[in-house]
Amino acid sequence: MTTQVTPGPARVHVRATINGQSHEFLVPPYMSLLDTLREIVELTGTKEGCLDGNCGACTVMIDGRIVDSCLVLGAEIDGKSVETVEGMATSEGLHPLQQAFLEEAALQCGICTPGFLVAAKGLLDNEPSPDEHRIRHWLAGNLCRCTGYDKIVRAVQKAAG
Amino acid sequence: MVATFESKSEYKVIGTRPIRHDGLDKVTGRAVYGADVKLPGMLWGAVLRSPHAHARIKSVDTAKAESMPGVRSVVTSADLPVAENKMVDLGEGATNLKWAADNILASEKAQYAGHAIAAVSAVDRYTAEEALRAIDVEYEVLPSATNVDEAVAADMPAILEELVDTPGTAESGHPNHVIEFTHEFGDPDAAFESADFVAEGEFNLQMVHQGYIEPHNATAIWDEDGRIRVWTSTQGSFTVRQQLAAVLQTEESRIRVTPLEIGGGFGGKIPIYLEPVAALLSRKANGMPVKLVMDRRAVFEATGPASGGKIWLKLGADKEGKLVAADSNIRLEAGGYPGALVGASGMCIYACYDIENMRIVGYDVLVNKPKSAAYRAPGSPQVAFAIETLIDDLCDDAGFDKWQFRRDNASKEGTRRGDGPIFPRIGMEEVLEATKSSDHYSSNLGPPMPGRVRGRGIASGYWFNVGLQSSVNLALNNDGTVELVEGSTDIGGTRASIAMQAAETLGISAQDVNPTVVDTDTVGFTAVTGGSRVTYATGYAAYNAAISMIEELKKRAALLWNIDASDVEFADGVFSSSSDPELSIGFKDLAGKLGDTGGPVTSTGSVDLEAAGGAFGTHICDLDIDPDTGKTDVVRYTIVQDAGRAIHPSYVEGQMQGGVAQGIGWALNEEYYMNDSGVMSNSSYLDYRMPTSLDLPNIETVIVEVPNPVHPYGVRGVGEVPIVPPLAAVGNAIKDAIDVRLRETPMNPGRIVKALESDNGS
Repeated sequence: MTTQVTPGPARVHVRATINGQSHEFLVPPYMSLLDTLREIVELTGTKEGCLDGNCGACTVMIDGRIVDSCLVLGAEIDGKSVETVEGMATSEGLHPLQQAFLEEAALQCGICTPGFLVAAKGLLDNEPSPDEHRIRHWLAGNLCRCTGYDKIVRAVQKAAG
Repeated sequence: MVATFESKSEYKVIGTRPIRHDGLDKVTGRAVYGADVKLPGMLWGAVLRSPHAHARIKSVDTAKAESMPGVRSVVTSADLPVAENKMVDLGEGATNLKWAADNILASEKAQYAGHAIAAVSAVDRYTAEEALRAIDVEYEVLPSATNVDEAVAADMPAILEELVDTPGTAESGHPNHVIEFTHEFGDPDAAFESADFVAEGEFNLQMVHQGYIEPHNATAIWDEDGRIRVWTSTQGSFTVRQQLAAVLQTEESRIRVTPLEIGGGFGGKIPIYLEPVAALLSRKANGMPVKLVMDRRAVFEATGPASGGKIWLKLGADKEGKLVAADSNIRLEAGGYPGALVGASGMCIYACYDIENMRIVGYDVLVNKPKSAAYRAPGSPQVAFAIETLIDDLCDDAGFDKWQFRRDNASKEGTRRGDGPIFPRIGMEEVLEATKSSDHYSSNLGPPMPGRVRGRGIASGYWFNVGLQSSVNLALNNDGTVELVEGSTDIGGTRASIAMQAAETLGISAQDVNPTVVDTDTVGFTAVTGGSRVTYATGYAAYNAAISMIEELKKRAALLWNIDASDVEFADGVFSSSSDPELSIGFKDLAGKLGDTGGPVTSTGSVDLEAAGGAFGTHICDLDIDPDTGKTDVVRYTIVQDAGRAIHPSYVEGQMQGGVAQGIGWALNEEYYMNDSGVMSNSSYLDYRMPTSLDLPNIETVIVEVPNPVHPYGVRGVGEVPIVPPLAAVGNAIKDAIDVRLRETPMNPGRIVKALESDNGS
């Protein structure tokens, strides 16, 4: 047996802002942003569902834009700002979307919830009063298998006021 | 002896909508799911899977992989104890131990593409996956079958040689075709002779997947003392313990299973897949923890789909509109090992109706696809598609009103279910009445979208629900709050529905009960989160524990007051003396005096429930079809269902809406699409297309409450029956819109256009 060394090319040096905090770390060049967040930054609120950009469970924001973090490399966030579900609540309390999801029972198993919350925040940050169709269209990149979406859509409408 | 309960109409906690106890952790990303587990020194594993649908494994050479830098252990089926060819009960009915072990790691043959062959642990996920490429497997590819017709072809060899000439296959004439049961009552052949109207048809359903968003995962340690610790996402920590002990041939008491938060299951996270592999990898890596997480392709190719299959059905009615005869032949795909849930199909197929003369024959058919598993009311949606479609056809033919026909033939207390049992108090009639008076049913169809045609369909469905064993522990804090410890893993809000029943019984608020799901060392045996049983059975155990706590607290109050405990009464959260009106104390105040009356108060409750209380639902579906492209959009949908008593109505509605969404996906889009080599062509979420938020309307819910007399709060299971009616509700709406009958799922644009073309051509 060899020592605990991962084979492959050298690590990439990354400096990024994650949920408002500056982070600096080394990441293998082939590692997805999803794994980087979960394994290196140790933020496991962002979930893996499919690893090919079709379920949205790993949705995060990079510089205010929502992306599937499984389709982005960790090395690509150098110099950028990343927001995950862990950054939504503040010392003032929960984000209105988080509160609305609780009140409207918009989650069952909860595995898709972080992705939905970040995606919905991406919508409301830019469009404060979307109608139901706009919400359904925007969230179509996020799969939920438990709720049938009804209560999720209502929660986003409630948070939008 | 089954206790029966009078139902109350007024409750303080039951029927309210508190925020679920685990909600905060789940909206902040703090909740720990199986894949989030990280232990000191943890290794990552990866699994090598068969590329062939059916192949003899001639050799597996792992030497190169074992010598790769960063690799810590490699295992194959040779590392599993030799499993006997014998039947064992692993918590989900009897199963053959050899087949259970072979499904974990294939020994002689790969039974389906995706079947696990070998596994590696390494310092990280990438290294483990890279090492899989260095494993050489020599296969002899065999003929494969991926549907029930191919499976019984004369030139198709036995998929399991042990089944050749067994009682179930000798009679059927093919080793892949196992007769499971025949139920017969009355004289169906004579009744068909005298029937005025007869409808008959064959239905063909494709295999579908539960589609939970969280892939299977497991982390395990197998230490030098032979103790095994497992952290996993499962519907039943105790069934994992049972299955693991059987496959690894050790004692259950040597195994501790910790259930993490679970990201969906729907029946598919009852079987074990990765848990024994992680344990074997750990044992060969000096007891270091090993974590395995499936990729999505493996979830589709190697874990529990719902059976496809073929169903032949014939119904007869007299001219007054009374169903007089039914006959059916149900052939469901088991997958690579026996065990399609066709028995449940036999229990459900005629359950909504009172039919005096009937026959049901069920077959379990081996095919080279993953071993099927439970999927939400397993076996029932398939047969409901058949019977609810034929009822519509029969009504069209005879000129009967489709609601009235269902109402006139509805099952009620005393009706005999097809497989024998007599129904106790059930709510089918109330559900149909509520359907008729619903806003949806009494509303006109309305104009379709431009270029579309609109139609409406209705359909009913049944699921029997189960009881089984559950345990709950309570501990009273001195501020009057209560810790509730339970063994039912919580997939959809059952911490809340269990805590609410304890709170109602104790006369305190839902938020004053703090529920926790614990590991197998910490609570008594609790059966799986399945069969729509948790709110019913574990809720019942919580009720028993709360009653026991009240009895103890009566003794404490009696000590304080120096009276006899039998003179202490409890109502609305207050203990009082039956003789002296001056003596009374609230639950919380008494909790503050435990130190003066003998110390801490804890209690336990357990149940082993044979009876459950079946649930019925009726659905109304409006949809628009573009006749040029076959594109179908559900524009309005209402589900009416008997919940017995809705403990937390929001989560009852959630179960109803979620089941409908899965049912609509099954009806319109979802299928295992197998290529000519027997490999699934659409094993990704891109190609296995589940409904998105844009594909569905708001789903209207009507909760009917016909209390279940064998539960203290009248609960019936609610989780499963919602997926039963949608296939036929959608199919009947399509028929109504374009006058074309589809008897095959999915009813996707291609099939609709083809049916329209052949209809116009004939």
